[in-house]
Amino acid sequence: MALSKPYADIPGTTVFDSDMARRGYHLNQFCMSLMKAANRERFKANERAYVDEWKMAEEQKQGVLARDYKRLVELGGNIYFLAKLFSTDGKTFVHAAAQMTGMPEDEYKKMMLEGGRSPDGNRYVGEK
Amino acid sequence: MARITAGVSTSHIPLIGRAIDTNSTDDPYWKPVFQGYEFTKRWLAEKPPDVIFLIYNDHASAFDLRIIPTFAIGCAEEFKPADEGYGPRPVPLVKGAPDLAWHIAQSVIEQDFDLTIINEMDVDHGLTVPLSLMFGRPEAWPCRVIPFAVNVVVYPAPNGRRCYLLGKAIRNAIQSFDEDLDVQVWGTGGMSHQIQGPRSGLINQAWDKRFLDRLADSPEELAAIPHVEYIREAGSEGIEMVMWLIMRGALGDEVKELHRHYHVPASNTAVGHIVLEASK
Repeated sequence: MALSKPYADIPGTTVFDSDMARRGYHLNQFCMSLMKAANRERFKANERAYVDEWKMAEEQKQGVLARDYKRLVELGGNIYFLAKLFSTDGKTFVHAAAQMTGMPEDEYKKMMLEGGRSPDGNRYVGEK
Repeated sequence: MARITAGVSTSHIPLIGRAIDTNSTDDPYWKPVFQGYEFTKRWLAEKPPDVIFLIYNDHASAFDLRIIPTFAIGCAEEFKPADEGYGPRPVPLVKGAPDLAWHIAQSVIEQDFDLTIINEMDVDHGLTVPLSLMFGRPEAWPCRVIPFAVNVVVYPAPNGRRCYLLGKAIRNAIQSFDEDLDVQVWGTGGMSHQIQGPRSGLINQAWDKRFLDRLADSPEELAAIPHVEYIREAGSEGIEMVMWLIMRGALGDEVKELHRHYHVPASNTAVGHIVLEASK
Protein backbone atom coordinates (compact mmCIF):
# COMPACT_ATOMS: atom_id res chain seq x y z
CA MET A 1 0.00 0.00 0.00
CA ALA A 2 1.26 3.43 -0.87
CA LEU A 3 2.05 5.92 1.86
CA SER A 4 -0.49 8.65 2.44
CA LYS A 5 0.90 12.06 1.51
CA PRO A 6 -1.54 14.71 2.75
CA TYR A 7 1.09 17.36 1.96
CA ALA A 8 1.12 16.62 -1.76
CA ASP A 9 -1.35 19.44 -2.50
CA ILE A 10 0.78 22.20 -0.96
CA PRO A 11 2.05 24.40 -3.80
CA GLY A 12 5.74 25.11 -4.40
CA THR A 13 6.82 22.67 -1.71
CA THR A 14 8.74 19.40 -1.92
CA VAL A 15 8.57 17.60 1.40
CA PHE A 16 11.81 15.71 2.09
CA ASP A 17 10.09 12.42 2.77
CA SER A 18 11.29 8.83 2.38
CA ASP A 19 10.95 8.85 -1.40
CA MET A 20 12.95 12.07 -1.73
CA ALA A 21 15.56 11.00 0.82
CA ARG A 22 16.02 7.73 -1.08
CA ARG A 23 16.29 9.53 -4.41
CA GLY A 24 18.61 12.23 -3.11
CA TYR A 25 20.92 10.08 -1.00
CA HIS A 26 24.06 10.38 -3.12
CA LEU A 27 23.35 14.00 -4.04
CA ASN A 28 23.05 14.95 -0.38
CA GLN A 29 26.09 12.92 0.66
CA PHE A 30 28.06 14.63 -2.13
CA CYS A 31 27.00 17.96 -0.59
CA MET A 32 28.15 16.73 2.84
CA SER A 33 31.59 15.99 1.42
CA LEU A 34 32.01 19.73 0.83
CA MET A 35 32.22 20.24 4.60
CA LYS A 36 35.90 19.34 4.23
CA ALA A 37 38.19 22.06 2.87
CA ALA A 38 40.28 19.60 0.86
CA ASN A 39 37.15 18.34 -0.94
CA ARG A 40 36.01 21.89 -1.66
CA GLU A 41 39.36 22.55 -3.31
CA ARG A 42 39.14 19.43 -5.45
CA PHE A 43 35.55 20.25 -6.41
CA LYS A 44 36.40 23.81 -7.39
CA ALA A 45 39.41 22.68 -9.41
CA ASN A 46 37.29 20.36 -11.59
CA GLU A 47 33.61 20.25 -10.77
CA ARG A 48 32.66 17.73 -13.42
CA ALA A 49 35.36 15.26 -12.39
CA TYR A 50 34.38 15.61 -8.73
CA VAL A 51 30.65 15.02 -9.26
CA ASP A 52 31.51 12.01 -11.43
CA GLU A 53 32.96 10.36 -8.32
CA TRP A 54 29.44 10.19 -6.87
CA LYS A 55 26.63 7.80 -7.81
CA MET A 56 24.29 10.64 -8.73
CA ALA A 57 21.89 10.65 -11.66
CA GLU A 58 23.08 12.76 -14.59
CA GLU A 59 20.28 15.28 -14.04
CA GLN A 60 21.39 15.71 -10.44
CA LYS A 61 24.95 16.32 -11.61
CA GLN A 62 23.68 18.88 -14.12
CA GLY A 63 21.68 20.57 -11.37
CA VAL A 64 24.81 20.82 -9.23
CA LEU A 65 26.94 22.24 -12.04
CA ALA A 66 24.20 24.78 -12.86
CA ARG A 67 23.53 25.57 -9.16
CA ASP A 68 19.86 25.10 -9.98
CA TYR A 69 18.56 24.79 -6.40
CA LYS A 70 14.90 24.59 -7.34
CA ARG A 71 15.63 21.60 -9.59
CA LEU A 72 17.94 20.01 -7.02
CA VAL A 73 15.18 20.11 -4.40
CA GLU A 74 12.84 18.41 -6.86
CA LEU A 75 15.50 15.74 -7.44
CA GLY A 76 15.87 14.84 -3.78
CA GLY A 77 18.25 17.53 -2.53
CA ASN A 78 17.59 18.79 0.97
CA ILE A 79 18.20 22.44 1.70
CA TYR A 80 20.45 21.83 4.71
CA PHE A 81 22.66 19.63 2.55
CA LEU A 82 22.49 21.95 -0.45
CA ALA A 83 23.67 24.66 1.95
CA LYS A 84 27.11 23.04 1.84
CA LEU A 85 27.14 23.65 -1.92
CA PHE A 86 26.09 27.29 -1.80
CA SER A 87 28.40 27.93 1.17
CA THR A 88 31.24 26.65 -1.00
CA ASP A 89 30.30 29.44 -3.40
CA GLY A 90 30.12 31.94 -0.53
CA LYS A 91 26.34 32.28 -0.95
CA THR A 92 23.63 32.52 1.72
CA PHE A 93 20.30 30.86 2.44
CA VAL A 94 18.62 34.04 1.23
CA HIS A 95 20.43 33.75 -2.10
CA ALA A 96 19.31 30.13 -2.55
CA ALA A 97 15.75 30.82 -1.38
CA ALA A 98 15.39 33.80 -3.72
CA GLN A 99 16.67 31.70 -6.63
CA MET A 100 14.15 28.93 -5.89
CA THR A 101 11.30 31.42 -5.95
CA GLY A 102 12.49 32.89 -9.25
CA MET A 103 12.75 36.36 -7.69
CA PRO A 104 15.78 38.64 -7.85
CA GLU A 105 17.54 38.59 -4.48
CA ASP A 106 16.78 42.24 -3.62
CA GLU A 107 13.10 41.75 -4.41
CA TYR A 108 13.00 38.63 -2.22
CA LYS A 109 14.70 40.47 0.65
CA LYS A 110 12.17 43.28 0.31
CA MET A 111 9.32 40.77 0.51
CA MET A 112 10.82 39.37 3.73
CA LEU A 113 11.20 42.84 5.25
CA GLU A 114 7.56 43.47 4.46
CA GLY A 115 6.50 40.39 6.41
CA GLY A 116 7.29 37.51 4.08
CA ARG A 117 5.13 35.54 1.67
CA SER A 118 1.53 35.41 2.85
CA PRO A 119 -0.01 31.99 3.34
CA ASP A 120 -3.18 33.33 1.70
CA GLY A 121 -3.45 31.80 -1.76
CA ASN A 122 -0.45 29.56 -1.00
CA ARG A 123 -2.02 26.77 1.01
CA TYR A 124 -3.43 24.53 -1.74
CA VAL A 125 -2.53 23.90 -5.37
CA GLY A 126 -4.99 25.77 -7.55
CA GLU A 127 -6.19 27.99 -4.69
CA LYS A 128 -7.17 31.51 -5.68
CA MET B 1 16.67 16.40 44.08
CA ALA B 2 16.92 18.09 40.68
CA ARG B 3 14.21 20.64 39.85
CA ILE B 4 12.92 21.96 36.53
CA THR B 5 12.61 25.68 37.13
CA ALA B 6 11.73 27.15 33.74
CA GLY B 7 11.47 26.70 30.02
CA VAL B 8 12.84 28.93 27.28
CA SER B 9 11.93 28.72 23.60
CA THR B 10 13.61 30.56 20.78
CA SER B 11 14.30 30.41 17.08
CA HIS B 12 17.89 29.41 16.25
CA ILE B 13 18.51 31.15 12.91
CA PRO B 14 22.16 30.85 11.78
CA LEU B 15 22.41 34.48 10.64
CA ILE B 16 21.60 35.57 14.21
CA GLY B 17 24.77 33.77 15.28
CA ARG B 18 26.69 35.57 12.57
CA ALA B 19 25.31 38.93 13.76
CA ILE B 20 26.47 38.19 17.32
CA ASP B 21 29.87 36.92 16.20
CA THR B 22 30.49 40.06 14.11
CA ASN B 23 29.20 42.54 16.72
CA SER B 24 26.36 43.64 14.43
CA THR B 25 23.54 43.35 16.96
CA ASP B 26 22.96 47.12 17.03
CA ASP B 27 22.47 47.37 13.26
CA PRO B 28 19.00 48.68 12.38
CA TYR B 29 18.11 45.32 10.82
CA TRP B 30 19.10 43.35 13.91
CA LYS B 31 18.29 45.67 16.78
CA PRO B 32 14.57 44.78 17.01
CA VAL B 33 15.49 41.07 16.97
CA PHE B 34 17.92 41.33 19.88
CA GLN B 35 15.91 43.80 21.97
CA GLY B 36 13.39 41.07 22.61
CA TYR B 37 16.03 39.02 24.43
CA GLU B 38 17.11 41.73 26.90
CA PHE B 39 14.62 40.60 29.54
CA THR B 40 15.80 37.01 29.34
CA LYS B 41 19.48 37.93 29.50
CA ARG B 42 18.91 39.89 32.72
CA TRP B 43 16.67 37.19 34.18
CA LEU B 44 19.22 34.47 33.43
CA ALA B 45 22.13 36.55 34.77
CA GLU B 46 20.31 36.87 38.10
CA LYS B 47 19.96 33.14 38.56
CA PRO B 48 21.49 30.93 35.90
CA PRO B 49 20.46 27.27 36.12
CA ASP B 50 23.02 24.58 36.79
CA VAL B 51 22.06 22.64 33.69
CA ILE B 52 20.19 23.42 30.46
CA PHE B 53 18.47 20.53 28.73
CA LEU B 54 18.62 21.98 25.23
CA ILE B 55 16.32 20.60 22.54
CA TYR B 56 17.39 21.49 19.01
CA ASN B 57 17.93 19.98 15.62
CA ASP B 58 21.13 19.25 13.80
CA HIS B 59 21.31 20.69 10.27
CA ALA B 60 23.41 18.12 8.42
CA SER B 61 26.39 18.82 10.68
CA ALA B 62 26.80 15.94 13.15
CA PHE B 63 24.29 13.71 11.35
CA ASP B 64 24.07 13.26 7.61
CA LEU B 65 21.87 10.75 5.77
CA ARG B 66 23.93 7.76 6.95
CA ILE B 67 22.37 7.81 10.42
CA ILE B 68 19.11 9.63 11.23
CA PRO B 69 18.12 9.34 14.90
CA THR B 70 14.67 10.65 15.76
CA PHE B 71 15.67 11.54 19.33
CA ALA B 72 19.34 11.69 20.35
CA ILE B 73 20.64 12.61 23.80
CA GLY B 74 24.18 13.90 24.22
CA CYS B 75 25.83 12.17 27.19
CA ALA B 76 29.40 13.32 26.57
CA GLU B 77 31.50 15.48 28.89
CA GLU B 78 31.90 18.12 26.22
CA PHE B 79 30.74 19.04 22.73
CA LYS B 80 32.70 21.07 20.19
CA PRO B 81 31.04 23.76 18.06
CA ALA B 82 30.64 22.21 14.59
CA ASP B 83 32.38 23.40 11.46
CA GLU B 84 29.35 23.93 9.22
CA GLY B 85 31.45 24.52 6.12
CA TYR B 86 32.97 27.91 6.92
CA GLY B 87 34.81 27.17 10.18
CA PRO B 88 33.31 26.64 13.64
CA ARG B 89 31.58 29.59 15.34
CA PRO B 90 33.93 31.41 17.74
CA VAL B 91 32.02 30.29 20.82
CA PRO B 92 33.08 28.37 23.93
CA LEU B 93 33.19 24.61 24.18
CA VAL B 94 29.87 23.24 25.44
CA LYS B 95 30.30 21.38 28.74
CA GLY B 96 27.93 18.46 29.19
CA ALA B 97 26.28 16.97 32.27
CA PRO B 98 26.97 13.27 31.69
CA ASP B 99 25.69 11.95 35.02
CA LEU B 100 22.30 13.59 34.58
CA ALA B 101 22.21 12.83 30.86
CA TRP B 102 22.79 9.11 31.39
CA HIS B 103 20.19 9.12 34.14
CA ILE B 104 17.67 10.74 31.79
CA ALA B 105 18.51 8.28 29.02
CA GLN B 106 17.81 5.25 31.19
CA SER B 107 14.69 6.74 32.77
CA VAL B 108 13.16 7.96 29.49
CA ILE B 109 13.83 4.68 27.66
CA GLU B 110 12.13 2.89 30.57
CA GLN B 111 9.16 5.19 29.93
CA ASP B 112 8.88 3.87 26.34
CA PHE B 113 10.81 6.55 24.40
CA ASP B 114 13.70 4.87 22.61
CA LEU B 115 16.45 7.47 22.61
CA THR B 116 19.72 7.21 20.73
CA ILE B 117 22.63 7.76 23.11
CA ILE B 118 25.42 9.91 21.67
CA ASN B 119 28.87 10.12 23.26
CA GLU B 120 30.71 12.00 20.58
CA MET B 121 29.07 14.84 18.69
CA ASP B 122 29.78 18.36 17.47
CA VAL B 123 26.95 20.84 18.00
CA ASP B 124 25.87 23.28 15.30
CA HIS B 125 24.05 26.63 15.23
CA GLY B 126 20.82 24.96 16.35
CA LEU B 127 22.37 24.63 19.81
CA THR B 128 24.92 27.44 19.95
CA VAL B 129 22.75 30.30 18.63
CA PRO B 130 20.25 30.02 21.53
CA LEU B 131 23.18 30.03 24.01
CA SER B 132 24.61 33.14 22.34
CA LEU B 133 21.22 34.86 22.34
CA MET B 134 20.80 34.36 26.09
CA PHE B 135 24.39 34.71 27.29
CA GLY B 136 26.09 36.93 24.73
CA ARG B 137 29.79 36.28 24.17
CA PRO B 138 31.24 34.91 27.44
CA GLU B 139 34.63 33.19 27.75
CA ALA B 140 32.84 30.08 29.01
CA TRP B 141 29.13 29.22 29.03
CA PRO B 142 27.73 29.74 32.55
CA CYS B 143 25.79 26.45 32.61
CA ARG B 144 26.32 22.86 31.68
CA VAL B 145 24.25 21.70 28.71
CA ILE B 146 22.65 18.41 27.71
CA PRO B 147 22.13 18.52 23.93
CA PHE B 148 18.98 16.76 22.78
CA ALA B 149 18.77 16.49 18.99
CA VAL B 150 15.46 15.84 17.22
CA ASN B 151 15.16 14.83 13.58
CA VAL B 152 13.09 17.47 11.81
CA VAL B 153 15.03 17.31 8.54
CA VAL B 154 13.86 13.99 7.10
CA TYR B 155 10.06 13.69 7.07
CA PRO B 156 8.37 12.74 9.28
CA ALA B 157 9.58 14.50 12.37
CA PRO B 158 8.12 12.96 15.53
CA ASN B 159 4.59 14.28 15.86
CA GLY B 160 3.57 16.97 18.30
CA ARG B 161 1.77 14.66 20.71
CA ARG B 162 4.74 12.31 20.93
CA CYS B 163 7.00 15.28 21.59
CA TYR B 164 4.69 16.61 24.29
CA LEU B 165 4.54 13.22 26.01
CA LEU B 166 8.30 12.83 25.70
CA GLY B 167 8.61 16.13 27.56
CA LYS B 168 6.58 14.68 30.41
CA ALA B 169 8.87 11.65 30.54
CA ILE B 170 11.90 13.95 30.63
CA ARG B 171 10.27 15.80 33.53
CA ASN B 172 9.89 12.55 35.48
CA ALA B 173 13.48 11.66 34.71
CA ILE B 174 14.98 14.97 35.82
CA GLN B 175 12.87 15.12 38.98
CA SER B 176 14.10 11.68 40.01
CA PHE B 177 17.78 12.68 39.88
CA ASP B 178 19.28 12.82 43.36
CA GLU B 179 21.62 15.75 42.95
CA ASP B 180 20.39 19.21 44.01
CA LEU B 181 20.27 20.97 40.63
CA ASP B 182 18.28 23.72 38.96
CA VAL B 183 17.50 22.60 35.42
CA GLN B 184 15.96 24.62 32.61
CA VAL B 185 14.51 23.02 29.50
CA TRP B 186 14.92 24.94 26.27
CA GLY B 187 13.01 24.19 23.07
CA THR B 188 14.39 25.79 19.94
CA GLY B 189 13.64 26.25 16.24
CA GLY B 190 10.83 27.88 14.28
CA MET B 191 8.76 29.88 13.97
CA SER B 192 7.14 29.94 10.54
CA HIS B 193 9.61 29.65 7.68
CA GLN B 194 10.15 27.83 4.43
CA ILE B 195 13.52 27.77 2.72
CA GLN B 196 12.94 25.35 -0.11
CA GLY B 197 11.00 25.49 -3.34
CA PRO B 198 9.03 28.29 -5.01
CA ARG B 199 7.02 28.89 -1.81
CA SER B 200 10.19 29.93 0.05
CA GLY B 201 9.77 32.99 2.24
CA LEU B 202 6.42 31.92 3.67
CA ILE B 203 5.66 33.58 7.00
CA ASN B 204 2.39 33.17 8.90
CA GLN B 205 2.27 35.70 11.71
CA ALA B 206 -1.32 34.92 12.72
CA TRP B 207 -0.57 31.21 13.04
CA ASP B 208 2.66 31.80 14.97
CA LYS B 209 0.94 34.15 17.40
CA ARG B 210 -1.83 31.65 18.02
CA PHE B 211 0.83 29.06 18.76
CA LEU B 212 2.48 31.39 21.31
CA ASP B 213 -0.93 32.24 22.81
CA ARG B 214 -1.68 28.59 23.52
CA LEU B 215 1.74 27.36 24.65
CA ALA B 216 1.30 28.12 28.35
CA ASP B 217 -2.32 27.13 28.93
CA SER B 218 -3.52 24.96 26.03
CA PRO B 219 -0.59 22.70 25.14
CA GLU B 220 -2.95 19.78 24.47
CA GLU B 221 -4.42 21.74 21.56
CA LEU B 222 -0.96 22.35 20.14
CA ALA B 223 -0.04 18.70 20.63
CA ALA B 224 -2.94 17.73 18.36
CA ILE B 225 -1.67 19.73 15.36
CA PRO B 226 -0.79 17.29 12.56
CA HIS B 227 2.38 17.51 10.45
CA VAL B 228 0.52 18.71 7.42
CA GLU B 229 -0.82 21.76 9.24
CA TYR B 230 2.68 22.85 10.25
CA ILE B 231 3.88 22.52 6.67
CA ARG B 232 0.83 24.15 5.06
CA GLU B 233 0.45 26.99 7.55
CA ALA B 234 3.95 27.58 8.93
CA GLY B 235 6.13 26.40 6.03
CA SER B 236 8.09 23.23 5.45
CA GLU B 237 10.66 24.25 8.07
CA GLY B 238 7.97 25.41 10.53
CA ILE B 239 7.73 21.77 11.65
CA GLU B 240 10.66 22.60 13.95
CA MET B 241 8.10 23.91 16.42
CA VAL B 242 7.34 20.37 17.59
CA MET B 243 10.53 20.80 19.62
CA TRP B 244 8.84 23.53 21.65
CA LEU B 245 6.28 20.93 22.72
CA ILE B 246 8.97 18.73 24.27
CA MET B 247 9.92 21.71 26.41
CA ARG B 248 6.30 22.44 27.26
CA GLY B 249 5.69 18.83 28.32
CA ALA B 250 8.67 19.01 30.67
CA LEU B 251 7.33 22.05 32.54
CA GLY B 252 4.30 20.43 34.18
CA ASP B 253 0.65 21.41 34.08
CA GLU B 254 0.55 24.91 35.57
CA VAL B 255 3.05 27.30 34.05
CA LYS B 256 3.40 31.06 34.09
CA GLU B 257 4.44 33.11 31.09
CA LEU B 258 7.21 35.53 32.06
CA HIS B 259 8.17 37.00 28.69
CA ARG B 260 7.36 36.88 25.00
CA HIS B 261 8.93 38.28 21.84
CA TYR B 262 7.98 38.01 18.17
CA HIS B 263 9.61 39.66 15.19
CA VAL B 264 9.63 39.27 11.40
CA PRO B 265 12.04 38.78 9.73
CA ALA B 266 15.47 37.45 10.51
CA SER B 267 16.82 36.25 7.20
CA ASN B 268 14.02 33.91 5.97
CA THR B 269 12.36 33.33 9.30
CA ALA B 270 9.90 34.59 11.91
CA VAL B 271 11.65 34.97 15.26
CA GLY B 272 9.73 33.72 18.28
CA HIS B 273 10.84 33.63 21.90
CA ILE B 274 8.98 32.81 25.11
CA VAL B 275 9.95 32.22 28.74
CA LEU B 276 7.77 30.05 30.96
CA GLU B 277 8.11 29.41 34.68
CA ALA B 278 7.62 25.69 35.39
CA SER B 279 5.07 24.11 37.74
CA LYS B 280 6.31 23.86 41.30
